[in-house]
Amino acid sequence: MVDIRDDLKLIAEMVEPNSRVLDVGCGDGALLDYLSHTKNVDGRGIELSMDGVRQCVAHGLSVIQGDAETDLKDYPAEAFDYVILGQTLQAMKQPRDVLEMLCRIGRRAIVSVPNFGYWRVRMQLMLTGRMPVTEKLGYQWWETPNIHFCTLRDFVVLTEEMGITIEQTRIIDRAGRVTSRAHSGFANLLGEQGVFLLRRNG
Amino acid sequence: MSAPPTAQQPPLVTPAVADTPVMPGKRVRLAVDRPMRLDSGVEIGGFQIAYQTYGTLNADKSNAIFICHALTGDHFVVEKHPVTGKPGWWEMLVGPGKPVDTDRYFVICSNVLGGCLGSTGPKDVDPATGQPYGLSFPVVTIGDMVRAQKLLVEHLGIEKLFCVIGGSMGGMQVLQWAVAYPESVFAAVPIATAARHSAQNIAFHEVGRQAIMADPNWCGGNYLLEGTKPEAGLAVARMAAHITYLSETALHRKFGRNLQDRKAITYGFDADFQVESYLRYQGAAFVERFDANSYLYITRAMDYFDLAADAGGTLANAFRPGGKTTPVRFCLASFSSDWLFPTSESRAIVHALNAVAANVSFVEIETDKGHDAFLLDEPEFHQVIHGFLEGCAEHRGLSVRRRAR
Repeated sequence: MVDIRDDLKLIAEMVEPNSRVLDVGCGDGALLDYLSHTKNVDGRGIELSMDGVRQCVAHGLSVIQGDAETDLKDYPAEAFDYVILGQTLQAMKQPRDVLEMLCRIGRRAIVSVPNFGYWRVRMQLMLTGRMPVTEKLGYQWWETPNIHFCTLRDFVVLTEEMGITIEQTRIIDRAGRVTSRAHSGFANLLGEQGVFLLRRNG
Repeated sequence: MSAPPTAQQPPLVTPAVADTPVMPGKRVRLAVDRPMRLDSGVEIGGFQIAYQTYGTLNADKSNAIFICHALTGDHFVVEKHPVTGKPGWWEMLVGPGKPVDTDRYFVICSNVLGGCLGSTGPKDVDPATGQPYGLSFPVVTIGDMVRAQKLLVEHLGIEKLFCVIGGSMGGMQVLQWAVAYPESVFAAVPIATAARHSAQNIAFHEVGRQAIMADPNWCGGNYLLEGTKPEAGLAVARMAAHITYLSETALHRKFGRNLQDRKAITYGFDADFQVESYLRYQGAAFVERFDANSYLYITRAMDYFDLAADAGGTLANAFRPGGKTTPVRFCLASFSSDWLFPTSESRAIVHALNAVAANVSFVEIETDKGHDAFLLDEPEFHQVIHGFLEGCAEHRGLSVRRRAR
């Protein structure tokens, strides 16, 4: 069995078999490979790094080199059943626009976000007075590609403002265990990241 | 375990035309019963196409790969070239156990219509006059070349190609195949190419053509009748073009300012520099194997290529036959130091394919070897081709690479 990261597995669980999937920021293609072999999806990927793209294509995956912020606009509406964005929304210059595009070109979008409201993050900021550096977010403030952090609550509020329905929620802890299947203040404190299945209203 | 279909088809194979030296390889006359209409409106019938095949066509004829050669290429992909004695132009990519594996695939490559290595072109005899065509040969386009290739593929009894692959002008033909015959192509690999020939590239071609036509031995295109050969002009055309196939870095690495067989400059116009000597050699070698008028015709075909113009000005429309997304799976590759067909050209094609949500892969290969990189030993590029073909073979049911358990 192909083995993949826990958060990727949660994303994969939200995908219906035999669907069309676009993985934005697909890295080395682990999720696409997993999805095509376990769920028989018609998978495509966009990846910024050429190394990642080469690995993917050399493994028979349909992946292009590209930038989510400039290249997603090319796709027609509802070109895919699912558009996946794993752990990269916070690195976008215009995360709201990207979210909008994800929900336009996919009937559904699956987005995972690291939670800046996670208790360890809050504690670090409170106790040390310095920008948090955690295991998953292991960058100093001056080097981090993550320029738009949010808490899970922030994310949920944004989806409400944008008229996006959250159809499924998985809050996971540091060990990758699902701690909650709904958003709450509690989840926002205990979850290290959230995985959301989104659909645009109307 | 079927034999290649070419083994039992003498009826359509005719002897080489009178002025063509006996070349290895297969030949066929196409459009004999019904002439083929060219983009120019001229009809051409009974033309000859020279081609080669490698490997074995499988029982359901689903493993055929068509290779499209570049401007000065030919159908001798794998074997030693009959004129130059050099290894096949793509023997690094094509052959037993290679990324285009001739143990698994039936590989076809034909000399383009208008070429000079066995397919009918301007140096051949016009049956209507009994004299070489010269400039009375009709102008052919990339679309016409592909039309002729389609006739050849049909002649071989193949309904749907597994893949069409080619670089540079070959890449243009690959795109043309995918756009003109989307149902007859499962996968397409256009390499180091563009959906239209740029102004800069047309300009370079014009320099080459003017060099040929300025040669007094060209004789208005009638050099075969006059018993001359515009060698100087064709050599200069080749020299100018050859520079565009390399990168500055590659030229510098290869030659720098090194002197040729001398310790000091000679204060004259001899080939003092190695790079000059190299270009002169390239020019001289080229005239041995290429026909000047063919060079005019084939460069013109590239200049006229513009897929978007043929699709109402929007490239994406070319990939939306009948309002539906093209079923062809694409893999594009470009090379970082290629300034003749830069990555931006491939990216424009990728954007158009995305706009119709087509199945596309795209890789830019990091190299300093320039446009010629597609012909050279580029392991990453070869891995990409291999991986893409493996993935496609799996989808086409040609092999089971690996299974999810």
